[in-house]
Amino acid sequence: MLTGPGPIGLASFGTIFRRAAFAIAVLIGCQAAHSTDALADADVIRARVEALATADFAAKEAIVTELAAMGDAAAVPALRAFGDGDLQVRKSDGRVVIAVRDGNAYKALDPMTGEELGSVERSQLEKIRVNNNLRRAVRAAVGSLTLLSKDVSIRRKAAESVFKSRDPSALETLDEAIAAEVDGGVRRVMEQARAAAILQTDRPEADKLAAIQVIAARGDQDAKALLSAVAAASEGEVQKKATAAIALMQQSLMMWEAAQNVWYGLSLGSVLLLAAIGLAITFGVMGVINMAHGEMVMIGAYVTFMVQDVIRTSAPWLFDASLVIALPLAFLVAGAIGVAIERGIIRWLYGRPLETLLATWGLSLVLQQAVRSLFGPSNREVGAPSWMSGAFDLGGLTLTYGRVWIIVFALFTFALLLVVLRRTSFGLQMRAVTQNRRMASSMGIRTTWVDALTFGLGSGVAGVAGVALSQIDNVSPNLGQSYIIDSFMVVVFGGVGNLWGTLVGALTLGVVNKFLEPYAGAVLGKILVLVFIILFIQKRPRGMFALKGRAVES
Amino acid sequence: MPLGLGRLGVAFLAALVAAAVMVPILNLSLPPSSAWHVSTTTVVLFGKYLCYALLALSIDLVWGYCGILSLGHGAFFALGGYAMGMHLMREIGSRGVYGNPVLPDFMVFLNWKELPWYWYGFDQLWFALLMVVLVPGALAFVFGAFAFRSRVTGVYLSIITQAMTFALMLAFFRNDMGLGGNNGLTDFKDVLGIDLQSDATRCGLFALSAVALAGGFLLCRAIVASKLGKVLVAVRDAESRTRFIGYRVEHYKLFVFTVSAMMAGVAGALYVPQVGIINPSEFAPANSIEAVIWVAVGGRGTLVGAAIGALVVNIGKSWFTGALPELWLFALGGLFIFVTLFLPKGLLGLLGSRKVLPAPAVEDELPVETPERRAAE
Repeated sequence: MLTGPGPIGLASFGTIFRRAAFAIAVLIGCQAAHSTDALADADVIRARVEALATADFAAKEAIVTELAAMGDAAAVPALRAFGDGDLQVRKSDGRVVIAVRDGNAYKALDPMTGEELGSVERSQLEKIRVNNNLRRAVRAAVGSLTLLSKDVSIRRKAAESVFKSRDPSALETLDEAIAAEVDGGVRRVMEQARAAAILQTDRPEADKLAAIQVIAARGDQDAKALLSAVAAASEGEVQKKATAAIALMQQSLMMWEAAQNVWYGLSLGSVLLLAAIGLAITFGVMGVINMAHGEMVMIGAYVTFMVQDVIRTSAPWLFDASLVIALPLAFLVAGAIGVAIERGIIRWLYGRPLETLLATWGLSLVLQQAVRSLFGPSNREVGAPSWMSGAFDLGGLTLTYGRVWIIVFALFTFALLLVVLRRTSFGLQMRAVTQNRRMASSMGIRTTWVDALTFGLGSGVAGVAGVALSQIDNVSPNLGQSYIIDSFMVVVFGGVGNLWGTLVGALTLGVVNKFLEPYAGAVLGKILVLVFIILFIQKRPRGMFALKGRAVES
Repeated sequence: MPLGLGRLGVAFLAALVAAAVMVPILNLSLPPSSAWHVSTTTVVLFGKYLCYALLALSIDLVWGYCGILSLGHGAFFALGGYAMGMHLMREIGSRGVYGNPVLPDFMVFLNWKELPWYWYGFDQLWFALLMVVLVPGALAFVFGAFAFRSRVTGVYLSIITQAMTFALMLAFFRNDMGLGGNNGLTDFKDVLGIDLQSDATRCGLFALSAVALAGGFLLCRAIVASKLGKVLVAVRDAESRTRFIGYRVEHYKLFVFTVSAMMAGVAGALYVPQVGIINPSEFAPANSIEAVIWVAVGGRGTLVGAAIGALVVNIGKSWFTGALPELWLFALGGLFIFVTLFLPKGLLGLLGSRKVLPAPAVEDELPVETPERRAAE
């Protein structure tokens, strides 16, 4: 930012000074020196712009060419205004301003900084005259200043705008820019822009056909709109080719749309997976119906809120790490509450699932009300760290970082849990106890401890899920309620006692839900999924991946 | 004694009849200044409780005697309520805000031009009353036929009944259902030309609720005291064994489930004119579970206990939400936990009555305790 004079250096001039107040003395000097450089250049440009007011047409053209040759995009707003006839002289002080219509009067803007200089009557302005010859020169100058700018993002933006405007006069500059371009992505956009411009000219058919090829390769909605316009306006070979390209593109757009739906589905599925995975342990492995499971998720979300609250007040620089800090805390808090629930309530009710269901439902009411009393009934604000906000494009897909992280996190949690169950001695003991309690006990396993810890593990995982869900849902005392029925559906659908079933179940339900939505609407889609699961359970009462064994149905 | 009512049952019936006769008299004939006067608000409140008691009774019939824990009985209750509400809506006629003689206000508001086909006939009370029992009954029959034939039992059944009522709630929230969407059906004026707001109507509805509860009780008694009732208890205690002896378990379950749903529908139909509104939140899974706890509090498998539980819990709820609103959920949640842990036989168990649920029979105690076995009990 400080290395070169330019628009950015200028724009952040004020910021630099504000920052300078906090910086050490050496730095202040350094920045001041750079700022004077930038100012010097800006002054030169300003002088040229002001000279436009008095010059004749030939001199004006010389000035425009000179500004273009300076290669500083700071001149672009003034040049654009000049080309559009908005660059005017304020008669009161002879100052050159950009005049923007504002009701009956005009708003005067500084041609360099865009700073507002107050309102002016129309009679108080004198237009700096411009002719077609000059307009062409200005367009070329603006094109070269932006398309040949040092800043990649400005070049890309300029190329995109040419693509949209399809201005044939930019062709020469584009050719030059393409030859000079080093960034592959930007060059591609420039070539597309060039192709779009070529289609507006009367160049030979072969050129146009090649241009259509280039635009078709772009394959998005803009390209499709452009080709439709071309197909409508042309005839013969060009029209045929454009129509064919549109048909091809339509196909690929549909494929991208389907892919986007799959992505939304996976994203919803990962949320379901997170919510259900703890339940897969308490219900699936232990056979305990825990209706307070959703409240464990809710507690995890509130732990995140508290962590962020502490960080906001005492250590704001830690904010980006808040979720990472909240994860183990949420696991411990929810896990501890889970162990307490198992010791206090559930162990008295083993073998009486219906009573367990009622007692844990009561517990969920108590926990909800406790949180409501402590934190209030309204939604609590949980912020997203910087690495979770924003989005990126992948082909025709738009993926938000938040969703990507939640999918990654859900799969990671799943894998970790699988490892704990399969590869640790605790997991071994857990499986032993659930498969044959008496035998396990005879082998020296403390079954009561294993029960408590298993329930604690399931609850802790729910708490961890709460950290992730706090990013996409309202953190309120009702958070858990909205997930409990879905979670049970996932576990029952996937097959009780089978973690893989939970994974497949969650992702399937998520994707099915998102594919139904466009046809049936969100609510009806959800109803259809529920009905589907109810019917599915009739067919396979033990879920998709039922455990096989010699267990007798009672 | 006929039907083997027992002293408790007779006392319960006597109390209901007395209430049905005395409460209207005390409300209508005594001046409000009298110490014996029963205020109209109290009449309405207890009329509502009696409907809840009938719902509790219907749950006890399936849960207490057949071991089917339905977490979706609120759906049958609400469907009965909607059937009644539809009739009351049609009774409004041209007195609605928009004055349309055929279309209810919300349809005019939504720019509907014609009455949907499923509203036909609801202008006749007899048809609405028929639907009050037929719609919940048909849903229960279809749902039960599927579920019991595929031997979905225990918590699985509980969870899918919950999913059923949840799905219905989502459906009724949609405006496209043509049943008032979010706002439900309300602004009722009269029934059979009698003003719904008058004290006499309210007393009449109270008496009707008491009579319906008494009738429901007698019906349940008749069922559980019959040979069929014995089979139901056998199914509850040892389903597989009953099946192996040669009984078609699913038929028995289906029968009792359907009857129970019809009773719940009647309860809903009596509830709606008294509270003056029916909306989709009646389908909320939480409502159905709350109704189950009434039964548990009173004592499951006792019938009388279920009704008493509904009265006790709801009187407590009214008191709590008035005096200590923020503590109500603590109290209700605590009640769930306390009753399941310490009062498995409910309040009637405390009284030491003989008419309580026998200890849950332990079936074929296997040394192996698998997750399925525990989950499927």
